[in-house]
Amino acid sequence: MKRPELLSRILIVAATLGAIGAPLFFWTRTPLIHAQMAEDGGWSPDVIQAEVGKPLHLRLTSDDVLHGFAVGQMQMDAVDIEPGKVTDIELTFDKPGIYTFFCTRWCGVNHWRMRGTIEVSGSDPEPVLSKADGAPLYVSLGLDIDATHDAPVIPETQPSAISGQQLAANLPISQYANPHFYRANSPYQLYENLNSTDLSDSEKWDVVSYIWESNTTPEALANGSQLYAQNCAACHGENGAGDGVFADDLAEAGESSMHNMTGAAEMAMQTPVDFTDSKRMLGASPALLQGKILRGGMGTGMPMWGSIFTEEQIWDLIAYLYSFQFIYQGATQ
Amino acid sequence: MSRIELTRFPIVKSAVKNRWPQLAVFIVMLAGYLFAILAGLIGTPVGSHNFSIVFVWIAWWAILILVAVPFFGRGWCAVCPIPLPGEWLQRGAVLNPPDKNPKWLNLRWPKALRNIWLQNISFLLLALFSSVLLTTPNVTGIVLAAMLFGAIGLSTVFERRAFCRYLCPVGGFIGLYSQAAPIELRIKDKQVCVTCDGKPCYNGSTNGYGCPWDVFPGGLTKNTYCGLCMECIRTCPHDNIAINLRPFSADLAKPSARMDEAFKAFVMLGSAMIYAGVLLGPWSALKDAAYKVGTGAWFIYAAAFLGIIFIIMPSLFAFCISRFENLKSFKKRFATLSTSLIPLGLMFWVAFSLSFVLTNATYILASLSDPLGLGWNLFGTAEAAWQPLLTSILAPGQTLALVGGLVWSVRTARKAASEARVSSIPVIAYCFTATLVMLWLLL
Repeated sequence: MKRPELLSRILIVAATLGAIGAPLFFWTRTPLIHAQMAEDGGWSPDVIQAEVGKPLHLRLTSDDVLHGFAVGQMQMDAVDIEPGKVTDIELTFDKPGIYTFFCTRWCGVNHWRMRGTIEVSGSDPEPVLSKADGAPLYVSLGLDIDATHDAPVIPETQPSAISGQQLAANLPISQYANPHFYRANSPYQLYENLNSTDLSDSEKWDVVSYIWESNTTPEALANGSQLYAQNCAACHGENGAGDGVFADDLAEAGESSMHNMTGAAEMAMQTPVDFTDSKRMLGASPALLQGKILRGGMGTGMPMWGSIFTEEQIWDLIAYLYSFQFIYQGATQ
Repeated sequence: MSRIELTRFPIVKSAVKNRWPQLAVFIVMLAGYLFAILAGLIGTPVGSHNFSIVFVWIAWWAILILVAVPFFGRGWCAVCPIPLPGEWLQRGAVLNPPDKNPKWLNLRWPKALRNIWLQNISFLLLALFSSVLLTTPNVTGIVLAAMLFGAIGLSTVFERRAFCRYLCPVGGFIGLYSQAAPIELRIKDKQVCVTCDGKPCYNGSTNGYGCPWDVFPGGLTKNTYCGLCMECIRTCPHDNIAINLRPFSADLAKPSARMDEAFKAFVMLGSAMIYAGVLLGPWSALKDAAYKVGTGAWFIYAAAFLGIIFIIMPSLFAFCISRFENLKSFKKRFATLSTSLIPLGLMFWVAFSLSFVLTNATYILASLSDPLGLGWNLFGTAEAAWQPLLTSILAPGQTLALVGGLVWSVRTARKAASEARVSSIPVIAYCFTATLVMLWLLL
């Protein structure tokens, strides 16, 4: 073979290897966590291993639309993941356990299905998800969170905590203004307890409103409002009316998935709950709402949040949900 | 304006006759092509950040349609990497002269298919799927790979560059529009070719290979099928072949009378108009139908696409030029007069391409630094923000291109009509109407 021919072949082989081999080499050494809408696969990989105390460096990219990333039960700011770009993030875990990471952007109707887990190993005897307090309140109270809990009586106008405060000043009701009573009872149960007073119906509801507000703080309500806007409003609506941007899509998805079931009852399960529905909300205790949030909707579009929100966050969120029923003095709604 | 022989300049001549400059470009192009395939298959699925989409459908397309085709005709074919691996395999060499005995089947291309109908079909096949092809990296990667391996496969069965000449979806329209370009490869003295022994430009010699495009340069009268590979310049023992600078649209003065080429003009003209409506227009339902390949809406879109190109536009054209006569002479006149649509179609594509190229050009910077979407920043431009370029000149530029195309077509129509001995007014009216529609679609 002549030298020019040999040289040309060497150049061609080198260029081919350079064009294919080099990128392949670097590609295999650049592990990325891909985010896709849930119907296209969600997170990939969706299980990540880590060790307590060792920084975990993650490189995240989106294969379709804007997604977000956050880890439940952890103090961290969510980061955005832009399509085709790479977002670097470093996490360090203090306790072993299984953490849930999730999408924080409303990427599609199945946004809430975009979850994965980080399995953190280590010698710490107290894993992250073990509750020092034992079972959640709704479990220790033995509540059936799927049972109907409508309030038999509802107020004609929206109760006002401001009016309630003035009325409460002359009533022996200090036993109600503590977390144990508040969390275990529904507003309607307190309303019934006030039957022994001379208050009118609307006055009793005003007092209930005041008691409910006195069991939270403006900071807790603000935190609940923020959590609601980020995580709940997509389905339940910004004003809590069950009319979020995905509500129609959920109803459509529910209809198509319920063709072999019994119809209306199951269909209703796919419709986001309306927090402005007084019967439903005034008949629900904070403990019952805790159960629903922790566990999720079981077969409906309502995800379980137990692995994501801390206990404190859940109570803050619940306090905010009642603000759709009551006019609070802070008026955060 | 007379022709200027570029190859009489020593620097041009030596650059063309020496194989190494072209081989160097070939190697770079081949590496880029292979990388584009790889990027399409393993890179980010986000088209705007993937090298295969950004460099093929934005950068390459911009260079091809705005520069290479209008000014260099088949200049792209001169450096296209697609036929190279197959050709090297076919010849068993990169630079050495080929063996006298063929290494492969070396069949002649079937006579019935020696036209550009298959190229019309291959272009339309890509066009029908273009909404997906232009935005989905792995589809682009697969199509690029299919073209490369298709060319290799055909090289082992048929002689010369059968893929380029008869199948390449891009080569078909480049050939058509290259007739309008101010560059040509032609012989200097016909008598020299007549008396030349062995016709090495077509049959090959120890100096090089026979024309890969299956063209005898001595008979070249138009650019359509000359791939500007320069091989004949290297093999000609009489130094009788030249690259010339010439007036624009010189080949169009003598119109072709081939129906496959006439329909290529309709395919290109119609596709530009449909793309302008689908990709740039405000009709979201139309865009959705084009994207949802395989659905009922897409089949309707595909049927409408083909119906407009193969039935409506040619029928309207035929209606414009119809006279009572026999079919044979009508077909000849139809094909001759359709030459007028070549400059019009070229400028339609220029106007359409300006829009999406200027809109998306900044993706090139980001993709250059991070071609696979792996978070690299090779040249510090990975974070370059997207922004449309030169928006203030887009509409005037498109208008200028369309009106210029119309004027160019009118001039061509008058020559073609003179050749066919008919009035040019119906053809001019057709071109005028098409231009109005395109102006409405784009502006």
